[in-house]
Amino acid sequence: MMKQFSYRHTKEAEFMESMEEGELFSFAGFNEMEAEKTGYSNYSYWYSTFRAFLKNRGAFVLLVLLILLLAFTFIQPYLPGQYDPNMIINDAKGMQFRNVPPGKDFVLGTNSIGQDLWARIWAGTRTSLIIGLSVALAEAVIGITVGVIWGYVRKADFILTEIYNIIDNIPNTIVLILISYILKPSVKTLVFAMCLTGWIQMARFIRNQILIIRDRDYNVASRCLGTPVSRIIIKNLLPYLVSVIMLRMALTIPAAIGNEVFITYIGLGLPVNIPSLGNLINEGRALITTPALRYQLVYPTIILSFVTISFYIIGNAFSDAADPKNHM
Amino acid sequence: MLKYLGKRIARSFLTLIIILTAVFCLLRLMPIEGYFQNFDKMTPQQIQVGLKEMGLTDPLPVQVIRFFKDLLHGDLGVSRIYRSNVPVSDILKDKVPVSVKLGVWSMALSLLVGLPMGALMARYKYRWFDKIGTLFIVCIQAVPAAVYFLYIQLYGTKLMGVGLLFQINDPKYWVLPVLSMSLGNIAFYGMWLRRYMVDESNKDYVKLAKAKGMSEGGVMFKHIFRNAFVPLAQYIPTAFLNTVIGSIYIESLYSIPGMGGLLVTVIKKHDNTMVQGIVLLYACVGVLGLLLGDLLMVLLDPRISLGKKEGDR
Repeated sequence: MMKQFSYRHTKEAEFMESMEEGELFSFAGFNEMEAEKTGYSNYSYWYSTFRAFLKNRGAFVLLVLLILLLAFTFIQPYLPGQYDPNMIINDAKGMQFRNVPPGKDFVLGTNSIGQDLWARIWAGTRTSLIIGLSVALAEAVIGITVGVIWGYVRKADFILTEIYNIIDNIPNTIVLILISYILKPSVKTLVFAMCLTGWIQMARFIRNQILIIRDRDYNVASRCLGTPVSRIIIKNLLPYLVSVIMLRMALTIPAAIGNEVFITYIGLGLPVNIPSLGNLINEGRALITTPALRYQLVYPTIILSFVTISFYIIGNAFSDAADPKNHM
Repeated sequence: MLKYLGKRIARSFLTLIIILTAVFCLLRLMPIEGYFQNFDKMTPQQIQVGLKEMGLTDPLPVQVIRFFKDLLHGDLGVSRIYRSNVPVSDILKDKVPVSVKLGVWSMALSLLVGLPMGALMARYKYRWFDKIGTLFIVCIQAVPAAVYFLYIQLYGTKLMGVGLLFQINDPKYWVLPVLSMSLGNIAFYGMWLRRYMVDESNKDYVKLAKAKGMSEGGVMFKHIFRNAFVPLAQYIPTAFLNTVIGSIYIESLYSIPGMGGLLVTVIKKHDNTMVQGIVLLYACVGVLGLLLGDLLMVLLDPRISLGKKEGDR
């Protein structure tokens, strides 16, 4: 056996030495027929995710409705015959249209000082969605950045873990109340207050996941081949986390909108001239004792519930779809 | 174990000091109107004298040290606007028991309803009870508390035949606030217990127990429930915090004379010292709750040893 091998070895070596380099190595060229023979698959992550998501009809319908709703909040002010959400509307005699029930002139009626509820609800939905989306985006950006550093850089781990242990002990709502109390109420303040502690949960989560997967074989192989760290993080690690990141973001939006309602309720929210769902619900709540005026509470809460339930369901459906284990 | 305990308590303590200092310093940034009842009518000189009397013109570190010294004596400062010149601690003394009572009842209710709900959902997985339970959980989690609290008050008060004004000695008036406050936690416990029990029921020891001829119900409650309850303990601190936060909303909504309702009132009145006092109290309760939750988890499950350094690699 051994003899035979050495014989072959010397024989081949001699043979190869006699060949030119061009004969030894040549480009294979793409042959479609040959390619079919290997295990080639046209698997595309995002395409499969999208297809899996489409299968969930309910979530897909909600997504379409939600996009339409979002688009409409921005289009609505430019439609003909719309009132300004802050304009107090007077009739011919100069009297305000106070608490006009929903009808022909005002689609959703007017509020107690004669502002058009239809316009206010859309403006409010816009504000609330902007708050929700900004908070989710900011938390994702900060959370992912810090989380990646925390998980990947060994030296940073100790310090960041200690910081986490302290921040995590502070109840979020206390921070929210305090920051809103000290700063002047505005959309920026609210977003700032909500992001101040929210990112750390995201960061913590990313860190744990990265610790688990960063020393798996495929990453070790990548590192041995000299792949730069940034590429390992972006191509090898983060795609693994898409489904959970999306889920967290989708759940942050309704939570942020709910927080805005809460902060407005305790009197630290936006001023009434910036309509938001929190403002509208708060105004409607004041009229809770008069059944005839309850429409002012019901309409904003319907929109609010629709938006939050949609995000919740879409987020869950999308995170299922984004998990490669569920791809066929 | 002891080392872990010491570390954990020290960390909570450190957090608390950081929060207290931060709150105190941040609130110094507030406009000085919040220290006087009739700010508009005062001359600048009177304001200066007033501030000096309260020690607010001293440098910040001096104020912080004095604040901590007072705190050790249980002195939270004096209310200026809400009830002029009454010590904050005196005002809070009457309010705290009400809040505690509300919180304890609500925690008890959420455990008593949430745990059986989760267990039954796992027992009758994919049957109608599970489906209804899931629907309930999704609704409670997706609809902001602010909304369903309002509707519970709106229709609940009519249904119960109670007035909008809270009467502290009539148990009928406690039903709705306690119920509203527990709903979130009921959904929370139900969801997690169901998940853990479903996970647990696929394990080998469950199959063995069934193969021995143990009844389905017996396996569920003798084996699965006990094991599934342990990881659930880590959610108790969160649930506790939910209760604390919920109390701010609920107490104010039903005008219950507790701490939470008071916080909303004094925020609207811009009474700085009162806000400071109540926020501090809430922060302490929160930190303490998280600490107790962690300790509870260690006690419940002898397998968890937190003495090891986290993130060892």
